[in-house]
Amino acid sequence: MHIPDGYLSPVTDGVMLAAAAPFWYVALKKIRRTLNQRTVPMLALFAAFSFVLMMFNVPLPGGTTAHVVGGTLLAIVLGPWDAIIGISVVLGIQAFFFGDGGVLAFGANCFNMAIVLPLVGYFVYKLVSSYAGASSPRRLLGSVVGSYAGINAAALFTAVELGLQPQLFHTAAGTPLYAPYNLAASLPSVMVGHLLVAGPAEALVTGLVVFYLQRSHSRLLQSDKKAKEGGKRWIMWGGLAALALATPLGLLASGTAWGEWGLDELKTLGLDFIPQGLQRLESWWPVPLPDYGFPRMGAVIGYIMSAFVGMALISGLLWLGGRGLMRKNASRVELPAPGKVLE
Amino acid sequence: MRSEGFLSHNIAGLSQALESVIAADDLSRKPGLLQGLDPRAKLAAFLLLVVTAGLLRNLALLAVLFVMALALVFFSMISFSFFLKRVLLFIPLFTVVIAIPALFITPGTPIWHIGSHISVTQQGLLSAAFLFARVTDSLSLGILLVLTTRWMDLLSALRWFRLPGLIVSIVGMTYRYIFLFLHSANNMFMARRSRTVARFSGAANRRWLAQMLVANLVKSQHLSEEVYLAMLSRGYSGEVITLDNLSVRRRDYLCFVSVAMLVFILLWVNYR
Repeated sequence: MHIPDGYLSPVTDGVMLAAAAPFWYVALKKIRRTLNQRTVPMLALFAAFSFVLMMFNVPLPGGTTAHVVGGTLLAIVLGPWDAIIGISVVLGIQAFFFGDGGVLAFGANCFNMAIVLPLVGYFVYKLVSSYAGASSPRRLLGSVVGSYAGINAAALFTAVELGLQPQLFHTAAGTPLYAPYNLAASLPSVMVGHLLVAGPAEALVTGLVVFYLQRSHSRLLQSDKKAKEGGKRWIMWGGLAALALATPLGLLASGTAWGEWGLDELKTLGLDFIPQGLQRLESWWPVPLPDYGFPRMGAVIGYIMSAFVGMALISGLLWLGGRGLMRKNASRVELPAPGKVLE
Repeated sequence: MRSEGFLSHNIAGLSQALESVIAADDLSRKPGLLQGLDPRAKLAAFLLLVVTAGLLRNLALLAVLFVMALALVFFSMISFSFFLKRVLLFIPLFTVVIAIPALFITPGTPIWHIGSHISVTQQGLLSAAFLFARVTDSLSLGILLVLTTRWMDLLSALRWFRLPGLIVSIVGMTYRYIFLFLHSANNMFMARRSRTVARFSGAANRRWLAQMLVANLVKSQHLSEEVYLAMLSRGYSGEVITLDNLSVRRRDYLCFVSVAMLVFILLWVNYR
């Protein structure tokens, strides 16, 4: 997933660096606030650990091998902000010293692997394992699902950054100047590998490590202190905002999402006969926003509006569901032991 | 994968990483042209050149940049075979493989027909060439910088360019302990291999790897505590104080100015 220099235009590199900067700023501020003098050696040693971790070849079922990033693991053990700094440090050393990932593309690589990956991974981990004790199976499940989600989110960002290049930067004759594949080609080629190989590898290693940590060093897993809980909520809003900002990407893609064809599109796909049942079903379910567009509004504005309506609906549902769950748990809540972690 | 293959593979990878860094450290002490320059001048010139490699839209000019890098390799007493092996072996090769489909699927003027349906387009060929040239140029420049600059000097340069001191000290310490961890991981793989007679299944290897990772994770936490105590007993109070004895001489200015002029000329020729 390390993007070398030359695949992204310098403009993209600049934009991604600017996108990563606020996260670094916040992470540094958070670290400075909680800084005791132990922070520097601790972050350094864990960063060194994750550098070595990234070098390992992990044998996968079926005979192939894969490398892992371990970003979610680091976020679980250290917390997401420390993980951002730790992995950024590792990526910097890799870029400068081993030519692994470009120096100009440092911002982009950090955004994908040191910011999106641990934040998404940690968020999902927390979602699945909230209020679970250190040795609960829910925590193990959270680490597996979280690391899978994290690495695939990072891969998605990588694929989009690469896939936008030919559209944005080409010569008058249509020669792509940087990465040559558009979104239609880069998305499947990056995502299939990550969904099927790198994702499972990451989930497998993270899960196994968390499993052994639970058995022998469970105090390393309790770094999520209760007091921090309130501050975490904005991660979710941040993620949602990032997704919202990415909405215009949908406008660049031609065609329809796989499996979401309307009847007329099925015909153009070469499926001339349409199952009778489908035809009948379509009229049964009157879609409020057909083709995600408000009637009598510009197509673009309509599309973006429907994205926001969709997100509002989904977050509303999640919020209601979450509240329900918390009520149910509140009666038998088992507070995590006061987290005195790395001392 | 068989356990023997899995262990050897990892041992080879780890040893290679160690070796390449040791080689870089040796080269950075040679009395060559680039080794004698101030790291700040080198870093600034390097960044200018890499951005230029990204901005050029002319294959001939990208080739000029590569030739210039090779000339610097010569004057910095680095052997060509060592340099080319380090530059070309992995990432550009990988880029070629990645770029092959682009030859065919980039829409444009067909220049070479294979069979009746498939053809190589001019745009596809050019685009693949651009990608390869840019990747090779940027990588050559980066490796040139690393091979001729000592790590601690590079860190001082970064500090001079206003990278927060907290980050600089973390990076410096991380770099130091990477080698300890590479060594100890390598030893663990070696020890495992030397006491392995039977073949292990993939699942057993994975379990072992995970246990080893946990051991290393816990070790890094313990070690960080010990390092902290060691720092404390040497008077560490949260501030990192370093000896930056960097001094800019005339040749450093000369280096930077000539690189800036070269960059200007290249961009002017390209965009005039």
